[in-house]
Formats: sequence, C-alpha cells, structure tokens
Amino acid sequence: MSSLPVNAYLLLALVLFCIGLFGALTKKNTVIVLISIELMLNAVNINLVAFSKYGINPGITGQIFSLFTITVAAAEAAVGLAILIALYRNRSTVQIDEMNTMKH
Amino acid sequence: MLENAWLIPLFPLLSFLLLIFLGNQWREKSSFVGIGFTGISFVLSVIVLFVQMTNGSGGAEAAWLTIGSIEFRVGVVVNPLNALMLVIVSLVSFLVHIYSKSYMHDDARITTFYSYLGLFTFAMLALVISPNLLQLYIFWELVGVGSFLLIGFYFYKEEAKAAAKKAFIMTRIGDIGLLIGMILLFWQVGSLEFNEIFTAVRDGEVAEGLLTLIAILIFIGAVGKSGQFPLHTWLPDAMEGPTPVSALIHAATMVAAGVYLVATLFPVFESSPAAMTVVAVTGGFTAIFAATIGLVQKDIKRVLAYSTVSQLGYMMMALGAAGYVAGVFHLMTHAFFKALLFLAAGSVIHAVHTQNIEKMGGLWKKMRITGPVFLIGTLAISGVPLFSGFFSKDEILLATWYDGRYGLFTLGLIAAFFTAFYMFRLFFMVFTGDSRSTVTEVQESPRSMTYPMITLAVLAIFSGYINTPWFGTFLGDWLIGDSEFLPFEHHEGPVWIMLAASLIAFAGIGLAYLIYYKKSLQRDFLTSHMPNTYTLVFNKYFIDEFYQYTIEYGARAVSYLGSFIEKYIVEVIVAAVTGVVKSVGSLGSRLQSGQVQTYGAVAFVGLAILVFLVVWTGGYL
Repeated sequence: MSSLPVNAYLLLALVLFCIGLFGALTKKNTVIVLISIELMLNAVNINLVAFSKYGINPGITGQIFSLFTITVAAAEAAVGLAILIALYRNRSTVQIDEMNTMKH
Repeated sequence: MLENAWLIPLFPLLSFLLLIFLGNQWREKSSFVGIGFTGISFVLSVIVLFVQMTNGSGGAEAAWLTIGSIEFRVGVVVNPLNALMLVIVSLVSFLVHIYSKSYMHDDARITTFYSYLGLFTFAMLALVISPNLLQLYIFWELVGVGSFLLIGFYFYKEEAKAAAKKAFIMTRIGDIGLLIGMILLFWQVGSLEFNEIFTAVRDGEVAEGLLTLIAILIFIGAVGKSGQFPLHTWLPDAMEGPTPVSALIHAATMVAAGVYLVATLFPVFESSPAAMTVVAVTGGFTAIFAATIGLVQKDIKRVLAYSTVSQLGYMMMALGAAGYVAGVFHLMTHAFFKALLFLAAGSVIHAVHTQNIEKMGGLWKKMRITGPVFLIGTLAISGVPLFSGFFSKDEILLATWYDGRYGLFTLGLIAAFFTAFYMFRLFFMVFTGDSRSTVTEVQESPRSMTYPMITLAVLAIFSGYINTPWFGTFLGDWLIGDSEFLPFEHHEGPVWIMLAASLIAFAGIGLAYLIYYKKSLQRDFLTSHMPNTYTLVFNKYFIDEFYQYTIEYGARAVSYLGSFIEKYIVEVIVAAVTGVVKSVGSLGSRLQSGQVQTYGAVAFVGLAILVFLVVWTGGYL
C-alpha cells in the first residue's frame, strides 16, 4: 500500500473533481447536479486523507476534517433535496435551466 | 427726555400689532385704535419738538452688535431736522387716520387697512430718528414694505397689484444704489454713524472721486424713493391705492424720505460739487418734466401725483443748489398742502365716484368745505403770495440764483408757471362750470373727513410764515442751529425774484382762468396745433413703454436665452450622461440571466485565470 505514491491519490482526486465540476456545470437535471457536487466534495475528502497520511506533516487532522466534510455534505444533500422537492411541487420541473426567476 | 423719543414710533407699531392679531372682529372700532395711538405719537412728537427747541439736540444709543473692533449701534437722535420730520409725519398720519374712518367706512378690510397704516407710520417715524445709516436703511426698506401693502390694498384689482409690484421693484432699484453707497462709506470711514461720517468727510479722509461716487449712489436711493426721473414711473401708478394712502405716503411722508435722506447726509453731498450738480440737475429736470405731464392728465389723482413728482424735484433742486433750508422748508409746506389736496381729492372722489375730471364740474356749490380747502391747497402749491408755497418756492429760487445755477433758476420759474396752470386747470374743471357728473346727489363729506382737511388748510396758509424774508427766518436759524456740519446760509434776495415768481404764478392762473373758466380761449387751441407733442406728453413721454421695450423685453430675452441653454444644452448633456450610465447598467444586468450554471462556469473560469496568473508570476501578484 505504501508503494502507491501520493501523486496517484491526487490524480484520482483531480479526475473526480473535474468530473464533478463538469457534471455540476452542464447537467440539466438538478438531482444530477447535486450528485456532481457530492462528487466534488468527496474528491476534496480524498485529498485531505491523502495529505494526512503522506503530507509533509502527517497527522490525524486531515481525517477529522474529512469526517466533518462528510457530515456537512450529508446535511447539505438533505437540505438541497428538500428544497428541490419543494421546488418540484411548485413548478413541476427539476430542470435547472428552468429555475431562472432570479434574474435582472 | 429726548432719549425716550423711541416711544414715538412704538405706538403705531403697537397699533399695527394689536389690529393685525386681535382686530379681526373689530371692524370700524379698529379706527379708534389707530387714531388713538397715532394721536399719542403726535402729542409726543410735539413735546419732543419743544424740548429740542429749548434744550437743544439729544438722543441715546446702545451697542447692538460687536464684530471684532467694529461696533454697530442702535438708538435715537433728535436734531432740528428729525424733530421737524417727526411732527410732520405724525401729524399727517394722525389726520389721515381720522380721515380714513369715514373714507374707508364701507370697506370690509378696514381693520387691515388701519394696521397697515400703523406699520407704515411706525417705519417712517423710526426712519427719521435713526442715528446711523444702517438703522435708517432697515426702516427705509420697511417703509417700502408698508407702501407695497397699501398700494396693493385693493389686491383683487389687476392694476393695483401691478402698481404695488412696480412701486416695490422701482424703489428697490434705487435701494441697491443706497446699499452700495453705504458699503463704500463703511469701507472708507469704518462706521455708519452720521456724526462719524460727517467728521471723516470734513477732515478729508475720503478721496474726492470716491466721495462723489458715494454721494451719487446714495442719491440713487433717494431718486427711487422720491420718484425722481428716471425712476419716477411708480409714483403715478401708486395712485391705485386708497386715496388717504396717496395723501399719507405718496404726497407727504414716504416720498419725502428721499429728500430727507439727502438732507440728512447733506454734509456728504456738500463736499462733492459734482454730486451736488447731479442732485440739482436731476431735481430741476424732474420738476419741469413731471409738470409738463401734469398739464394734460385727466385723472384727478394722477395730476396730483405728477405735481408731487414735480415738487419733489423742486426740493432736490434746492438741496443740490446748497439750499438746505429751502429744501427742508418746501418739504414741510409741501407735506401740508399736498396732503390737503389729496384728502380734498379723496373727498371729491367719495362724492362723485369717479376720478376722471372730465366727468366732474360744478362742485363748488355742492361741496361747501371741500371746495374752499381745495382752493387753498391750489393757491399754496401755485405759489400765490401770502400762502405757504409762495415762501418756500421763493426760497428755492433764491438758492438756485445764489448758487449761480441760472439755467435751473429759469427751469424752476417755468415749472412754477406750469404748476400754477395745471393746478388751476384741475380746480376749474372740478369745481366750476356745469356738472358733467352722472351722480346727481352730491353730498359734502362727513365731519371726520372735513376736519382734517380744515386743519391742513390752516397749515397750508400759515406754515410759510416761519421762514420769510419779512418776519424773520426762524426755521432757517433753527435748522442750521448749533450744527457743526451745516453751513450757515441765508440770502437777502433781490426783490425782483419774488416779484417774478408771483407774476409767473398769476400768469399760470390767468391762462387757466381764460381757458377753463371764461372759455374765451379754445381748450384745444394748443393741442390742435401740436398734436404730436400732445400725444407725447399725454403718454408721459412713453417712459413706461420705453422701459417695457428695453429693460423688460431685454430681461425677457436674457431669460429666454437662459431657458434655451438650460433646455437644449445643459439638459442634453445631463441626458447623455444618464443615458450612458443607464445603458451600461442594462448591459451589465443582461449578465444576470438566472442560469445558475452559467454563474458557476464564469466563476470557475475567473478562478482559473487567477490561479494561472498567480502561477505565471510566481506568486507575486
């Protein structure tokens, strides 16, 4: 396990983050967008854990931080989905490009 | 005693305040308030006059404002001129108050009328006891306000409204001159106290040229107030006010304020020969100019108004010719006989309900009191021997003669001829001949109107005897008195001047008699020969029209230009600026599309650019 260099983790995190970002910016379905945001958060978690193990100053802080992130992400997903359901009831759509009432 | 002279103007002020705040329901009773308070003022004025005569001049002053080393003072001063003015103003005002009781009887706003009279009397009395120019200026303006209110008393009449505005604006033009003159004087002398000004002028602390400028600027103020050419046009229009007001303001007191100003500042004027010439020539020209207009007017009050302008010109001419006593003397006699003439004219108007003399006539038998007192006033103003106007006019002619102004002397004689002619034209047309009136039942006015007239008639006859070449020059000696600034002047005139003046007066009367009474001369024998001159004079030399076409239209053109610039240049620039800002704003708001993914993409691209820049520059951004 130790044979795997830190670069590999970072690369994985980068790929995941980019996929998440792409999904968040391009997908029309709001559920997919929320999932993409989760993907980006988890990419960050990988980064945190990787650095807590292989960083210049290894320590437990990174792992604790990622636990926090997971907690917050769960809460965010719950709130986000709740808002989405409320929105769906009002406008009977989950297409993100139709939720454009807050404009000039 | 004299330090309490401030009480005199206080009573009319009280009357004003009482009536304006509490008098709404009093109606006719308010006249008693006004009469009572001005009566007290009159009595006090007479007391002050006697105290001044026995104990000499006096007064009191207190500091008002101290700014650095400069102190502005307020107070009262009583010297012969002031005491005389106090008595004239309070007496005429008192009589006019009594007269108005019947004259304004039917007017719903009689209380307002009396309160305005009180305000005006207060301002005028306070003006004449001011010990410095600043205080004088304050009351000078207040007098203007009083006059504005009273001329515009019938504010529902378009003409009255216009006349009030005209009077205010025309006198304001003069006041600007006075104000600038005051400022210059303050700059040079460092004080506005009369005594300090006179001392500085006598000691030659003010440069000759500047002194002339100051004197002329102050004289412009007097020109506005006293209706001298070229600011005279407001005075005849001011006849739109009630007739008692015309008697009080536009004959006896307010218009005399200009003459009073020149008389008070006489030492300043006297130090500048050029300024004296300006005063004398303006006065002389106004005297003859207004007299010619008076020859052809058809409105009884307008004839009297032009004769007022003419007589004020006379006074100015006297002052300009170093005839201090002559000017003040004529101011006094004129106040009496002109107030008398106006009150009598008011009585006539009251009886026949018209001001057009073509529609009067034959009133002598019907108005047994008004007729004779009007005749007395006419004789006095015409300068018939033994009446008051004769002595004061004679004094003025003497003064111009001794000052070496022979041109003005001649002008004065001609003006005297015109005066006698148009006054008797007025008299004959109103009181003799057949009645041309539409009113059949002409009644003499009630006693509260005739008694003031009789009082004034007595004064119009006898007030001249206090300064005659025969019985001594009491007034002159007293006026000059112990003043260190006024020169003593009395001229033992050649007898022929007096004879000439009398002959001229009789000639004028005789001509009027032939034309308007005997009718042995055709009324139009002159006008038919000179129709153009007649049109010119009848239209008052088109001065009003001249102002209309030059100054008013000029001002209008400037304001049109201003509004054009405002509309088409300033507003266009403003609109352009706001337009640019608006379009930039709406362009920016297009970015706000509501597409949250677009925002995210833009934010990400921005972040990427920032990171790229940081890396590119090695972290030193």
